[in-house]
Amino acid sequence: MDLSSYLLVGAVLFVAGVVCMATKRNGIGVLMGVELVLNGANINFVAFANYTRLGLDGQVISLFVIVLAAAEAAVALAIALSFYNNHLTIDVDQANQLQG
Amino acid sequence: MMPLIAANSLAEYVLESILWDFPGNGSVAFTIAALVHVVLILTFFGVAPLVFIWLERKVAGRIQDRLGPTRVGGRFGWLQTLADGVKLIQKEDLCPADADRMLFRMSPYLVFVASFGAFIALPFGNGFVVQNLEVGLFFMLALMSLEVLGVVFAGYSSGSKWALFGGMREAAQVVSYEIPMAICALVPVIATGSLNLVEVGHFQAGGMGNWLIFQNPFTFVAFFVYFTVATASVKRAPFDLAEAESELVAGFHTEYSGIRWSYFFMAEYASMFAVSGIAVFLFLGGWYDGFGIIETLDRFVLDNGCGWLGQYTVNVIGLAIFIAKGTSLVFFQMWVRWTLPRLRIDQVMMTCLKYLLPISCTLFLGATVWPLFLHSMTAGQTDIIRAPMGDRAYSPRPAAVQPLHKSHSAPHPAPAAAIIREGSGKEA
Amino acid sequence: MTGHQLLFWVFAAVTCGGAIAVVLTQNVVRMAFWLIVSLGASAGLFFLLNADFVGTAQLLVYVGGTLVLLVFGVMLTASGPFSKMQTRPGELFLAGVVAILLLGLLGSSVCSVEWDRVIAATNSGHQITNQQSLNHGFNRPEEGNTGHPLGMAFLGMRPDRDLVAGNKTLSTGYLLPFEIASVHLLVVLIGAAYLARAKRRVHPNEL
Repeated sequence: MDLSSYLLVGAVLFVAGVVCMATKRNGIGVLMGVELVLNGANINFVAFANYTRLGLDGQVISLFVIVLAAAEAAVALAIALSFYNNHLTIDVDQANQLQG
Repeated sequence: MMPLIAANSLAEYVLESILWDFPGNGSVAFTIAALVHVVLILTFFGVAPLVFIWLERKVAGRIQDRLGPTRVGGRFGWLQTLADGVKLIQKEDLCPADADRMLFRMSPYLVFVASFGAFIALPFGNGFVVQNLEVGLFFMLALMSLEVLGVVFAGYSSGSKWALFGGMREAAQVVSYEIPMAICALVPVIATGSLNLVEVGHFQAGGMGNWLIFQNPFTFVAFFVYFTVATASVKRAPFDLAEAESELVAGFHTEYSGIRWSYFFMAEYASMFAVSGIAVFLFLGGWYDGFGIIETLDRFVLDNGCGWLGQYTVNVIGLAIFIAKGTSLVFFQMWVRWTLPRLRIDQVMMTCLKYLLPISCTLFLGATVWPLFLHSMTAGQTDIIRAPMGDRAYSPRPAAVQPLHKSHSAPHPAPAAAIIREGSGKEA
Repeated sequence: MTGHQLLFWVFAAVTCGGAIAVVLTQNVVRMAFWLIVSLGASAGLFFLLNADFVGTAQLLVYVGGTLVLLVFGVMLTASGPFSKMQTRPGELFLAGVVAILLLGLLGSSVCSVEWDRVIAATNSGHQITNQQSLNHGFNRPEEGNTGHPLGMAFLGMRPDRDLVAGNKTLSTGYLLPFEIASVHLLVVLIGAAYLARAKRRVHPNEL
């Protein structure tokens, strides 16, 4: 397999994640979109690490992405739970109190 | 033939001795090797729960002062599990009306695949491993952590409150217990400096004193902490809150019947063996018997030139020793199950987060500092009684990690796996 | 078709199919299931790309940790069993158009680059030979045996760069980012626990 097939898989994941973020009304659904986007980027990093001179650096960066995605998911979930405690829903369209 | 039968080496062997120059025969050889290993591991995966469930019933019977199964298959009722399996296959495959049908049907497979996948990296002897990953231990822990997802989905999709409670408890419990389990597994890894279980096994050659459980005080404690945490992470009593029969009917598998129900149990008993196998490799000497018999046989085979058949025989003896050790740990888990009462869910969480987690962090730190401490106390030694770790590795058994091309006189071309990966990956 | 290609197509199909199913499903628990399928299969892609450690970390941290947390969050916030929050058909149509345009843009930019020439131009003098490394029974570093080199890189040393013949410079590693990430994780741990701590629950009639 060549590099571009892996990059295309990464592109599909990225686009699916973007669409997921844009269309889902459930807060956790939006979070899943973010995970897809990050994973699409990860596939690109690892593919470049394997096929080009990027080497180990690509794998290191993808490890950082995985770790930071875990941290991001924890914080986002805490926010979602907090929002649910106050509004009894996690519909992101209901989070409009700052509109004034 | 080399002592290793990892998929790569088997593929190489098949390529050289059976197949000739044939376009794309690298992948054919690799497929043959992969199929051989899949069949072997599936057989083990199917037979081990059969034996363990029978053993569980006998152990439970004896501990409760009864006989357990006695009739099916002759004297000891040893065909009881097979009869049960036939019964389960014949049962109707029920799906509750309130259930999310797709998830309800998928989740037993998720549990099964996660548990089965862990056996890819579990060595059964010196190199008797499907894929000799450098990160083997890490890989096993990762795949076994996926099991919880199937249980949670099973509990959620059943559409029953008992199942939902069971699934939620399982999620909370397993996610918490994964942390001390991984940290305790790292304590012997610090001593050896390798995540590859075969390599960790080699470090424990030469007698029981070299087993990693006796490496330093911290690994000794870590074994018991690991075993407790592993029991909890495969949801065995006294930590089987996910299926607490006295409170939750049957917990997450309340609504399951027939063959789907039995998948959960095959996975549970196979994971019991998997965590015990990890414990055997990390603490209890792997495939070495502890009295130097395997090492002596090894040296005999090497000195007398018994060839690959001799090495293979020694490896089979090592495999038997490993399985015996693993089974005795599984037996110990059963013993605990039928002896101790079940904890409450808050006690389970408290045990993990307030006691086991700090203990395992302390052990981790201690194991890191211990060699430095010894080094400063004893003017440069990292071990008081034994040979230092670096000298111990591989020394009693030079053949164990010899390069794959040792047995060939001519300089060897790249191994089959490399041929496959090169041919398809880099140049394609 | 070689084994690598076959496995690539299987994993790529499952990864993309799972990702698309995440977008199209309205039930949030099923979304989580498809996300697990997609991310698990992309771990398989990492193994194909000779990144064993990254693939395993993906399985352990992402699928086994983060997604369990997500499923947990789904269960805690679902108002009813199998809750649905519908996306309006108009939105879905618009999103589909945008997705196809974006995918076309990314796809055409990937396909328009002649990667073979780019790789050949940057890789000059860096080709890894098979005879170079000693085979210890498991795969060589170039074949996914990256645990030790990655560990060294996180400690700030780069033997994979520096121990090349003719190399007179020292490369930098990732010790500082590693430390920052660890502190970051600690901050996240405390922050998430603070945010999600038990508070007074609002009763429905007060809203």
